[in-house]
Amino acid sequence: MFNPLEGKYLQILDVNGNVVNSSLDPKLPSTTLKKMYEVMMLTKLADEKALALQRSGRMGTFAQSRGQEAQVGAGFAMEKKDWLIPSFRETGVQLVREWPLENFYLVFMGCEEGSKAPKGVNNFPVAVPVGSQMLHAVGLAWASKLKKEKVCAVTFFGDGGSSEGDFHEAMNFAGVFATPTVFICQNNQYAISLPRAQQTAAKTIAQKAVAYGFPGMQVDGNDPLATYVATKDALNHARSGNGPTLLEFLTYRLGPHTSSDDPTIYRLDKEVKEWEKKCPIVRFRKYLTKKNLWNKKYEAHLINKCKKQIEVAVKIAEKKIKEIKVEDMFNYTYASLTPELQEQLEYAKKAEGSS
Amino acid sequence: MPRINMVDAINLALSQEMQKDKRVMLLGEDVGKEGGVFRVTKGLQKKFGKDRVVDTPLAESGIIGTSIGLAVNGFRPVAEIQFSGFIYPAFNQIISHASRLRNRSRGRFTCPLVIRAPYSGGIRALEHHSESMEALYAHIPGLKVVIPSTPSDAKGLLLSSLRDPDPVLFLEPKRLYRAIKEEVSTKEVVIPLGKANVVQEGSDVTLVAWGAMVRECQKAVELLKDKEVSLEIIDLRTISPLDTETIVTSVNKTGRLIIVHEAPKSCGLGAEISARVNEKSILHLKSPIIRVTGFDTIFPLYQNEMKYLPSPERIVSAIHEVMEY
Ligand SMILES: Cc1ncc(C[n+]2csc(CCOP(=O)(O)OP(=O)(O)O)c2C)c(N)n1
Repeated sequence: MFNPLEGKYLQILDVNGNVVNSSLDPKLPSTTLKKMYEVMMLTKLADEKALALQRSGRMGTFAQSRGQEAQVGAGFAMEKKDWLIPSFRETGVQLVREWPLENFYLVFMGCEEGSKAPKGVNNFPVAVPVGSQMLHAVGLAWASKLKKEKVCAVTFFGDGGSSEGDFHEAMNFAGVFATPTVFICQNNQYAISLPRAQQTAAKTIAQKAVAYGFPGMQVDGNDPLATYVATKDALNHARSGNGPTLLEFLTYRLGPHTSSDDPTIYRLDKEVKEWEKKCPIVRFRKYLTKKNLWNKKYEAHLINKCKKQIEVAVKIAEKKIKEIKVEDMFNYTYASLTPELQEQLEYAKKAEGSS
Repeated sequence: MPRINMVDAINLALSQEMQKDKRVMLLGEDVGKEGGVFRVTKGLQKKFGKDRVVDTPLAESGIIGTSIGLAVNGFRPVAEIQFSGFIYPAFNQIISHASRLRNRSRGRFTCPLVIRAPYSGGIRALEHHSESMEALYAHIPGLKVVIPSTPSDAKGLLLSSLRDPDPVLFLEPKRLYRAIKEEVSTKEVVIPLGKANVVQEGSDVTLVAWGAMVRECQKAVELLKDKEVSLEIIDLRTISPLDTETIVTSVNKTGRLIIVHEAPKSCGLGAEISARVNEKSILHLKSPIIRVTGFDTIFPLYQNEMKYLPSPERIVSAIHEVMEY
């Protein structure tokens, strides 16, 4: 229906929050719509706090998701038992899927504990080597297919990630073994400084699915209803045994690549301003307002609530990093310490004591 | 002579060589318009054009694999890998082709290719941004591995690498990128590959290090200043080929050897150096050879980073150990 080769893409809400494709409106209950908005807001404010922490030396380099908050739609479309295999710009989806907010801070504060998924949460932590994680989503989905479970795996990556060899191997395996995998490319128009047009000569990333024998579709990635519907559809398709789908979320990274990047070197402020008008949070707010689900009082209350939640998370994280021990470096190398590691640990403890 | 840091020294070497040799071209992620994430190639695309300083798609195997073709067909590609921790998609191209092409084709095809990559720890970075995996590459026949420790060395060694007839992996210690400024000659001062540098002469203990660990050895010397121990520091500069002669000559004099590296201890380069010294000067040794290294663990995120990396204090206790043996 939305053939990328014909230049079609899925949008439900336009930039003014009007429903332009009412036949596809998922008609979500008001509580869900508000929850979506709330996680988008939490993601934005959590990023802002992280940036402040980074600037004041309390946290290291991190990747923000500013402008890409409509990704939460994909999280809402997933079932709890499904697998999430993110890259590093999926804070929003992680939060939808019960990833503790303090974990987000902990990783970037240099503590491994932040990568530990709570029991029962099938989310992988951040994958830093670009493009490497999609194959895992294929394997996870393959396993659930072999076990005859109705569990899918959803993996995220950037436009840059689609250039890595592993991306193509993942797509090919998923096609060949018809695994219940949903590939979501967050095409935010840049891979650090490289614009999308220099990443691939193909018109769209979605069309790459054609070569691997399964459907691909472009989606307005700043429209949380569209990301929800597209993911839900792809998941239904996968769950009913029809194999993988590639979704390309068209979005824009409003902030820098990471806190150590200077985007003014490679893109114009004018372009950023244009995309600010398409901000997913603003758009969704307009939609909710039309539905009488949003007012200033609600907004103020929400911001307050998010900020409190963030303060608590940062406190927990900063407490945890004070408790880090030299053993933490050794204990997860293998199931148990080898004799050599045991010896090195003793040495490390002694060295720590004497310096 | 300008006082510059390692980033600018590398930039200078690249710029001068590109000026001189039209075959030299740079390619990699974000190296052009942005000038690289560390700004090592800043301004070079403006100066030499988009055909000679190329922003590639995000694909390391693509960067190094195509560099092999470029090298065989008349260019002198300098491939930048954004961080050495992201070189692995291209490992196949390095180990299966770049390093073997000369041998396979009986010298008909050669691969004068330089791969530059920021490497090693100490800058509070994210996962995969801090490892020191040089031993993996030193183990590959047909590949040279160079690791500078100062701005001048970086310039001189890079010039040699760019002119070398074989593939060279040039690992740049990130921690030193902006840590030291010194006078760097704008003239063509070439430092030969495969030759170590005796940074400081001494008679009691030989310290062998490379990259960021050279400075840690120098700091250890400072800590020991008032003690009556005379230390010789050797900066390997090139870890493959290894300058056995300089190490052996030094150990024959001092009788004591400490090797310092950031990489994990087991099967690290320290083991190779120790083996060579055992083969060539075992009778001169007055104490066991000691390695002060990173641990056989995954490189920790930054909260534990400084506990992982060899410190001047750890080097000092090793010195005491060999002296008191
Ligand atoms: C294999 C690999 N190469 C290089 C890098 C350095 N790097 C980190 S993010 C990035 C750009 C990623 O762009 P994209 O996939 O479009 O995702 P985005 O950052 O835009 O979300 C690069 C080059 C890396 N992390 N992994």
